Amino acid sequence: MSVHLILFLAFGAVAVAGGVNLLAQTHPINSALSLIAVMAALAGEYLLLGAEFVAAVQVIVYAGAIMVLFVFTIMLLNTGEEERTKGSHIAILFGIPGMLVASLLVAWVMLRHSGTGAVAAGALPGDPRTIGQLLFHEFLLPFEITSVLILIAIMGAVVLASKPPTAPARKVD
Amino acid sequence: MVPLSYYLVLSGFLFACGVTGFLIKRNIITIFMSIELMLNGVNLSFVAFAAHWHSLAGQVFVFFVMVVAAAEAAVGLAIIIAVYRTRETLNVDQVNLLKL
Repeated sequence: MSVHLILFLAFGAVAVAGGVNLLAQTHPINSALSLIAVMAALAGEYLLLGAEFVAAVQVIVYAGAIMVLFVFTIMLLNTGEEERTKGSHIAILFGIPGMLVASLLVAWVMLRHSGTGAVAAGALPGDPRTIGQLLFHEFLLPFEITSVLILIAIMGAVVLASKPPTAPARKVD
Repeated sequence: MVPLSYYLVLSGFLFACGVTGFLIKRNIITIFMSIELMLNGVNLSFVAFAAHWHSLAGQVFVFFVMVVAAAEAAVGLAIIIAVYRTRETLNVDQVNLLKL
Protein backbone atom coordinates (compact mmCIF):
# COMPACT_ATOMS: atom_id res chain seq x y z
CA MET A 1 0.00 0.00 0.00
CA SER A 2 1.64 3.16 -1.17
CA VAL A 3 1.55 6.52 0.56
CA HIS A 4 -0.45 7.86 -2.35
CA LEU A 5 -3.20 5.28 -1.84
CA ILE A 6 -3.26 5.88 1.92
CA LEU A 7 -3.63 9.63 1.40
CA PHE A 8 -6.33 9.05 -1.22
CA LEU A 9 -8.27 6.84 1.19
CA ALA A 10 -7.90 9.32 4.06
CA PHE A 11 -9.16 12.29 2.02
CA GLY A 12 -11.83 10.11 0.43
CA ALA A 13 -13.07 8.99 3.86
CA VAL A 14 -13.39 12.63 4.95
CA ALA A 15 -15.28 13.47 1.74
CA VAL A 16 -17.65 10.52 2.10
CA ALA A 17 -18.27 11.27 5.78
CA GLY A 18 -19.00 14.91 4.95
CA GLY A 19 -21.38 13.95 2.15
CA VAL A 20 -23.29 11.54 4.39
CA ASN A 21 -23.33 14.05 7.23
CA LEU A 22 -24.83 16.66 4.89
CA LEU A 23 -27.78 14.30 4.41
CA ALA A 24 -28.04 13.31 8.07
CA GLN A 25 -28.09 16.77 9.63
CA THR A 26 -31.35 18.65 9.95
CA HIS A 27 -29.99 22.12 10.63
CA PRO A 28 -28.67 23.93 7.53
CA ILE A 29 -25.61 25.33 9.31
CA ASN A 30 -24.42 21.79 10.13
CA SER A 31 -24.95 20.76 6.52
CA ALA A 32 -22.95 23.80 5.38
CA LEU A 33 -20.05 22.93 7.67
CA SER A 34 -19.96 19.34 6.45
CA LEU A 35 -20.00 20.63 2.86
CA ILE A 36 -16.94 22.73 3.70
CA ALA A 37 -15.25 19.55 5.00
CA VAL A 38 -16.07 17.82 1.70
CA MET A 39 -14.55 20.70 -0.25
CA ALA A 40 -11.37 20.73 1.83
CA ALA A 41 -10.99 16.97 1.36
CA LEU A 42 -11.51 17.36 -2.40
CA ALA A 43 -8.79 20.03 -2.45
CA GLY A 44 -6.49 17.38 -0.95
CA GLU A 45 -7.49 14.95 -3.70
CA TYR A 46 -6.69 17.59 -6.33
CA LEU A 47 -3.25 18.05 -4.78
CA LEU A 48 -2.71 14.29 -5.02
CA LEU A 49 -3.62 14.45 -8.70
CA GLY A 50 -1.08 17.23 -9.25
CA ALA A 51 -3.65 19.96 -9.86
CA GLU A 52 -2.13 22.50 -7.49
CA PHE A 53 -3.84 25.56 -8.90
CA VAL A 54 -7.24 23.86 -8.95
CA ALA A 55 -6.74 22.87 -5.31
CA ALA A 56 -5.90 26.44 -4.32
CA VAL A 57 -8.88 27.83 -6.24
CA GLN A 58 -11.11 25.17 -4.68
CA VAL A 59 -10.19 26.37 -1.20
CA ILE A 60 -10.28 30.08 -2.03
CA VAL A 61 -13.38 30.25 -4.23
CA TYR A 62 -15.49 27.30 -3.15
CA ALA A 63 -14.76 26.92 0.55
CA GLY A 64 -13.89 30.59 0.95
CA ALA A 65 -16.34 32.59 -1.12
CA ILE A 66 -19.31 30.44 -2.06
CA MET A 67 -19.70 28.76 1.32
CA VAL A 68 -19.33 32.09 3.12
CA LEU A 69 -22.24 33.28 0.97
CA PHE A 70 -24.25 30.24 2.05
CA VAL A 71 -23.43 30.62 5.74
CA PHE A 72 -24.16 34.34 5.52
CA THR A 73 -27.60 33.63 4.03
CA ILE A 74 -28.34 30.99 6.68
CA MET A 75 -27.44 33.49 9.42
CA LEU A 76 -29.35 36.30 7.71
CA LEU A 77 -32.57 34.33 7.38
CA ASN A 78 -32.12 32.75 10.82
CA THR A 79 -33.33 29.33 9.66
CA GLY A 80 -34.21 26.67 12.17
CA GLU A 81 -34.39 22.91 11.99
CA GLU A 82 -36.08 21.65 8.89
CA GLU A 83 -39.57 20.28 9.31
CA ARG A 84 -40.22 16.76 8.16
CA THR A 85 -43.54 16.17 6.43
CA LYS A 86 -45.20 12.99 5.19
CA GLY A 87 -43.80 13.52 1.72
CA SER A 88 -40.25 13.86 2.99
CA HIS A 89 -40.54 10.63 4.97
CA ILE A 90 -41.58 8.82 1.79
CA ALA A 91 -38.70 10.49 -0.04
CA ILE A 92 -36.26 9.27 2.64
CA LEU A 93 -37.78 5.78 2.47
CA PHE A 94 -37.11 5.54 -1.26
CA GLY A 95 -34.21 7.98 -1.62
CA ILE A 96 -31.63 6.41 0.72
CA PRO A 97 -31.92 2.86 -0.71
CA GLY A 98 -31.97 4.37 -4.20
CA MET A 99 -28.73 6.23 -3.49
CA LEU A 100 -27.09 3.11 -2.09
CA VAL A 101 -28.13 1.01 -5.07
CA ALA A 102 -26.94 3.65 -7.54
CA SER A 103 -23.59 4.05 -5.74
CA LEU A 104 -23.00 0.31 -5.57
CA LEU A 105 -23.92 -0.07 -9.24
CA VAL A 106 -21.53 2.72 -10.27
CA ALA A 107 -18.78 1.28 -8.07
CA TRP A 108 -19.28 -2.22 -9.45
CA VAL A 109 -19.23 -1.06 -13.07
CA MET A 110 -16.21 1.19 -12.55
CA LEU A 111 -14.14 -1.33 -10.64
CA ARG A 112 -14.95 -4.14 -13.00
CA HIS A 113 -14.86 -2.59 -16.46
CA SER A 114 -12.45 0.32 -16.21
CA GLY A 115 -9.30 -1.68 -16.98
CA THR A 116 -6.03 -1.14 -15.20
CA GLY A 117 -5.56 2.59 -15.72
CA ALA A 118 -3.81 4.10 -12.74
CA VAL A 119 -3.05 7.71 -11.89
CA ALA A 120 0.31 8.52 -10.38
CA ALA A 121 0.73 11.22 -7.76
CA GLY A 122 1.37 14.54 -9.48
CA ALA A 123 0.88 12.95 -12.90
CA LEU A 124 -0.02 16.21 -14.59
CA PRO A 125 1.46 19.40 -13.13
CA GLY A 126 -1.29 21.99 -13.32
CA ASP A 127 0.71 25.05 -12.31
CA PRO A 128 -0.78 28.54 -12.81
CA ARG A 129 1.46 29.37 -15.78
CA THR A 130 0.34 26.40 -17.88
CA ILE A 131 -3.30 26.78 -16.87
CA GLY A 132 -3.21 30.48 -17.65
CA GLN A 133 -1.67 29.96 -21.08
CA LEU A 134 -4.35 27.40 -21.89
CA LEU A 135 -7.10 29.62 -20.52
CA PHE A 136 -6.05 32.73 -22.45
CA HIS A 137 -5.27 31.04 -25.77
CA GLU A 138 -7.30 27.93 -26.39
CA PHE A 139 -10.24 28.76 -24.13
CA LEU A 140 -10.31 32.52 -24.67
CA LEU A 141 -13.88 32.67 -26.03
CA PRO A 142 -15.44 30.61 -23.20
CA PHE A 143 -13.45 32.74 -20.75
CA GLU A 144 -14.90 35.96 -22.16
CA ILE A 145 -18.42 34.51 -22.22
CA THR A 146 -17.88 33.57 -18.57
CA SER A 147 -17.21 37.20 -17.70
CA VAL A 148 -20.56 38.16 -19.25
CA LEU A 149 -22.23 35.39 -17.24
CA ILE A 150 -20.71 36.72 -14.01
CA LEU A 151 -21.84 40.26 -14.86
CA ILE A 152 -25.40 39.04 -15.48
CA ALA A 153 -25.31 37.08 -12.20
CA ILE A 154 -24.16 40.16 -10.26
CA MET A 155 -26.94 42.29 -11.72
CA GLY A 156 -29.50 39.54 -11.19
CA ALA A 157 -28.50 39.08 -7.56
CA VAL A 158 -28.72 42.82 -6.89
CA VAL A 159 -32.12 43.11 -8.57
CA LEU A 160 -33.57 40.02 -6.87
CA ALA A 161 -32.28 40.66 -3.38
CA SER A 162 -33.04 44.38 -3.26
CA LYS A 163 -36.39 45.42 -1.83
CA PRO A 164 -39.17 46.03 -4.33
CA PRO A 165 -39.66 49.82 -4.63
CA THR A 166 -43.46 49.72 -4.60
CA ALA A 167 -43.88 47.54 -1.52
CA PRO A 168 -44.38 49.41 1.75
CA ALA A 169 -41.60 49.12 4.25
CA ARG A 170 -42.32 46.48 6.87
CA LYS A 171 -42.40 47.57 10.46
CA VAL A 172 -39.82 46.17 12.80
CA ASP A 173 -41.41 44.29 15.63
CA MET B 1 -0.49 4.71 -8.00
CA VAL B 2 -4.23 4.89 -7.43
CA PRO B 3 -6.51 3.34 -10.05
CA LEU B 4 -8.62 5.85 -11.95
CA SER B 5 -11.73 3.90 -11.02
CA TYR B 6 -11.25 4.74 -7.33
CA TYR B 7 -11.50 8.43 -8.12
CA LEU B 8 -14.56 7.81 -10.29
CA VAL B 9 -16.25 5.78 -7.54
CA LEU B 10 -15.65 8.59 -5.02
CA SER B 11 -16.95 11.10 -7.53
CA GLY B 12 -20.02 8.99 -8.23
CA PHE B 13 -20.74 8.57 -4.53
CA LEU B 14 -20.56 12.32 -3.92
CA PHE B 15 -22.87 12.89 -6.88
CA ALA B 16 -25.32 10.31 -5.53
CA CYS B 17 -25.22 12.03 -2.12
CA GLY B 18 -26.05 15.31 -3.85
CA VAL B 19 -28.97 13.81 -5.79
CA THR B 20 -30.36 12.23 -2.62
CA GLY B 21 -30.04 15.46 -0.67
CA PHE B 22 -31.76 17.31 -3.48
CA LEU B 23 -34.67 14.87 -3.28
CA ILE B 24 -35.11 14.30 0.45
CA LYS B 25 -34.24 17.70 1.93
CA ARG B 26 -37.02 20.18 2.59
CA ASN B 27 -34.98 23.32 3.28
CA ILE B 28 -34.23 25.37 0.15
CA ILE B 29 -30.72 26.26 1.32
CA THR B 30 -29.83 22.61 1.96
CA ILE B 31 -31.18 21.71 -1.47
CA PHE B 32 -28.86 24.35 -2.89
CA MET B 33 -25.91 22.88 -1.01
CA SER B 34 -26.77 19.46 -2.47
CA ILE B 35 -26.38 20.98 -5.94
CA GLU B 36 -22.95 22.27 -4.94
CA LEU B 37 -22.07 18.76 -3.75
CA MET B 38 -23.04 17.35 -7.15
CA LEU B 39 -20.87 19.95 -8.91
CA ASN B 40 -17.95 19.03 -6.64
CA GLY B 41 -18.31 15.36 -7.48
CA VAL B 42 -18.22 16.17 -11.19
CA ASN B 43 -15.15 18.37 -10.67
CA LEU B 44 -13.28 15.47 -9.10
CA SER B 45 -13.91 13.26 -12.11
CA PHE B 46 -12.80 16.11 -14.42
CA VAL B 47 -9.47 16.41 -12.63
CA ALA B 48 -9.00 12.63 -12.45
CA PHE B 49 -9.63 12.27 -16.18
CA ALA B 50 -7.30 15.19 -16.89
CA ALA B 51 -4.50 13.39 -15.03
CA HIS B 52 -5.36 10.11 -16.70
CA TRP B 53 -5.39 11.39 -20.28
CA HIS B 54 -2.57 13.91 -19.75
CA SER B 55 -4.70 16.81 -20.96
CA LEU B 56 -4.96 20.04 -18.99
CA ALA B 57 -8.30 20.86 -20.62
CA GLY B 58 -10.02 18.91 -17.85
CA GLN B 59 -8.54 21.22 -15.23
CA VAL B 60 -9.65 24.28 -17.20
CA PHE B 61 -13.20 22.89 -17.31
CA VAL B 62 -13.14 22.81 -13.51
CA PHE B 63 -12.70 26.58 -13.48
CA PHE B 64 -15.72 27.02 -15.74
CA VAL B 65 -17.76 24.73 -13.48
CA MET B 66 -16.67 26.85 -10.49
CA VAL B 67 -17.70 30.04 -12.26
CA VAL B 68 -21.12 28.60 -13.06
CA ALA B 69 -21.43 27.44 -9.44
CA ALA B 70 -20.55 30.90 -8.16
CA ALA B 71 -23.05 32.60 -10.47
CA GLU B 72 -25.71 30.05 -9.54
CA ALA B 73 -25.07 30.49 -5.81
CA ALA B 74 -25.28 34.29 -6.04
CA VAL B 75 -28.52 34.33 -8.04
CA GLY B 76 -30.02 31.38 -6.17
CA LEU B 77 -29.41 32.83 -2.73
CA ALA B 78 -30.88 36.14 -3.91
CA ILE B 79 -33.98 34.21 -5.03
CA ILE B 80 -34.10 32.47 -1.64
CA ILE B 81 -33.98 35.84 0.13
CA ALA B 82 -36.78 37.10 -2.12
CA VAL B 83 -38.86 33.97 -1.42
CA TYR B 84 -38.29 34.31 2.32
CA ARG B 85 -39.31 37.97 2.21
CA THR B 86 -42.67 37.18 0.62
CA ARG B 87 -43.51 33.84 2.30
CA GLU B 88 -41.51 33.88 5.53
CA THR B 89 -40.67 30.20 5.16
CA LEU B 90 -37.87 28.17 3.62
CA ASN B 91 -39.77 24.89 3.50
CA VAL B 92 -40.28 23.88 -0.13
CA ASP B 93 -43.49 22.06 0.75
CA GLN B 94 -45.04 25.42 1.55
CA VAL B 95 -43.68 27.12 -1.55
CA ASN B 96 -45.83 25.38 -4.12
CA LEU B 97 -47.33 28.31 -6.01
CA LEU B 98 -45.60 30.61 -8.46
CA LYS B 99 -47.97 33.47 -7.64
CA LEU B 100 -48.24 35.04 -4.25
